[in-house]
Amino acid sequence: MSDALLSVRDLVVEFPTRKGILTAVDRVSFDIARGEVLGVVGESGAGKSMTGSAIIGLIEPPGHIAGGTISIAGQRIDNLPYEAMRRVRGKRIGMVFQDPLTSLNPIYTIAEQLIETIRTHMDLNERQARDRAIGLLDQVGIPAASRRIDDYPHQFSGGMRQRVVIALALCVEPELIIADEPTTALDVSVQSQIIDVLKRMCADHGTAIMLITHDMGVIAEAADRVVVMYAGRVAEIGAVRDVIKDAKHPYTKGLMGSIPTLMQDSDRLTQIPGTMPRLTDIPPGCAFSKRCPEAFDRCFVEQPDCRPYQGRDVACLLYDEGKPQ
Amino acid sequence: MLAFIIRRLVQSVVVMLVVSLIAFVMFRFIGDPVDQMVGLETTVQERELLRQQLGLNDPLPLQFWHFVSNAAQGDLGISYQFKRPVADLIGSRLPATLELSFVSALFALLMGIPMGVYTALNRESVLSKLFLTISLIGISLPTFLIGILLIFVFSVYLQWLPSFGRGKVVDLGWWSTGFLTVSGLKALILPSITLGLFQMTLIMRLVRSEMMEVLRTDFIKFARARGLTNRAINFGHALKNTMIPVITITGLQMGAIIAFAIITETVFQWPGMGLLFLQAVQNVDIPIMAAYLLLIALLFVIINLIVDLLYVMVDPRIRIEGAEA
Repeated sequence: MSDALLSVRDLVVEFPTRKGILTAVDRVSFDIARGEVLGVVGESGAGKSMTGSAIIGLIEPPGHIAGGTISIAGQRIDNLPYEAMRRVRGKRIGMVFQDPLTSLNPIYTIAEQLIETIRTHMDLNERQARDRAIGLLDQVGIPAASRRIDDYPHQFSGGMRQRVVIALALCVEPELIIADEPTTALDVSVQSQIIDVLKRMCADHGTAIMLITHDMGVIAEAADRVVVMYAGRVAEIGAVRDVIKDAKHPYTKGLMGSIPTLMQDSDRLTQIPGTMPRLTDIPPGCAFSKRCPEAFDRCFVEQPDCRPYQGRDVACLLYDEGKPQ
Repeated sequence: MLAFIIRRLVQSVVVMLVVSLIAFVMFRFIGDPVDQMVGLETTVQERELLRQQLGLNDPLPLQFWHFVSNAAQGDLGISYQFKRPVADLIGSRLPATLELSFVSALFALLMGIPMGVYTALNRESVLSKLFLTISLIGISLPTFLIGILLIFVFSVYLQWLPSFGRGKVVDLGWWSTGFLTVSGLKALILPSITLGLFQMTLIMRLVRSEMMEVLRTDFIKFARARGLTNRAINFGHALKNTMIPVITITGLQMGAIIAFAIITETVFQWPGMGLLFLQAVQNVDIPIMAAYLLLIALLFVIINLIVDLLYVMVDPRIRIEGAEA
């Protein structure tokens, strides 16, 4: 895909530990088109957040990108020197974190934080930056923005703070926003408002979103396509509609089966037996093989590649040509 | 804001009254003041007359009231050993101690904060490890030993700096200062380092650990994700948040510097209050001891008031709650 905004190819993120090297992200590849909302789902520790951190170049040492490439609009950014990458952050790729209560610096006003970010990346004077900041707060739905801009973070509620965080992430119109669990820490009643704000803001500015979450409901509501991750690897990538209605990978099937629906009346939700393996003991072959109801002998020795199948990409040997009948 | 200051002032007055009570009890009940003042051959009638003149037959609350109102007007009684008003004695010694404490505090802050920041930002560098090793020495060696070592190296062996006294002082009204002459400044160097070294290492270690803590927070991560410069993140965002706990501890330590100047003043024969106090203890000169107690308490109260005000300036969360309360 040459028209992709973001292109991740065979990304590997490793952490050296006393017990040996941990592979937190293992040969992950996907693209995000301009203006697209790409959902990334998976359990805790599946490597979703780590992939996001790798894209924006903020993996905590000693973790590091050990292989693969990341490029934005054709330009590689995984190997940029620190100062060049700093200019990419905020300006081309923005990020929204999980907890709005701790994402804002408590000792500066909203205005100071917005203006500082705007003036770091844009050649504006104080007055112009302030006007821009007020406009942004207005757009994310802060009432009386011109007055409240001089308030401190602790004077806002959680939902309002997340709106401020979104305004901060979008204040220099990046081409891509990485939203890492943007609604997890919020009240359920506020969650869909925040997703709406995020979607609307990005639609208005033509910004693509990488929406990292463990909540399939959020994905179903907001995303165009979805990447399902398991134990640091991609299990399935496809359009949200396809993946929800007709999952192919046994893990995705299990994930979908665990979502309650109003249509079907069942006493128990299905669950996937077992737990995701720790990164220290991922089984050889397919990472999901030990929990997979459809696993056969090849699954325990052979690691499946992500291959196109019926309009999506699946990493499962069931859909490989060599499948025994 | 004004209400906040007034409330703090009222609290300070209460603290001073309690300390006065302790000083008064010491003054009134440790030995008989009349016995301390008169000679052996004084008759019982003369003693009774003196007792009446001094108001020692009045009811205790009235005596306490006289003590407090006299102290508030600067009348702290008459020294038994020097037969001079205690206020004059302390007034002549106060500048020496305050100048020494001020220079020590300045030395501790100006060296401690930058060293703390440096060691927090460059954890692995050789210089950081050197600073930490030096700080270990500063924390574990007792003050008098450091003083004697400095005297040995710089006064006895190298003969660069004087080993005792204040050098030449200039009188500005009742305040005698060592800041205006070369010998006065030279005389300040060794005692200030001796007195400030412990505080410097303490501040350095405190700044280092607080800074490392702050650098791990979400709002620093978010600031990085917005592409702010390292300089803005380290000094604008991290250091200012680090300062909140540092101000508290530093404030308390400033009080400790003045109170613990006793040892340094003894080692360097520094003509300050500490030396005066030690002589008073040796000669059971109760008025000086009581006055010293009051003065140190007053200094602590003033420093705490300044710390509280600085706190309000740095941390908006307190500022706004304070204004509402």
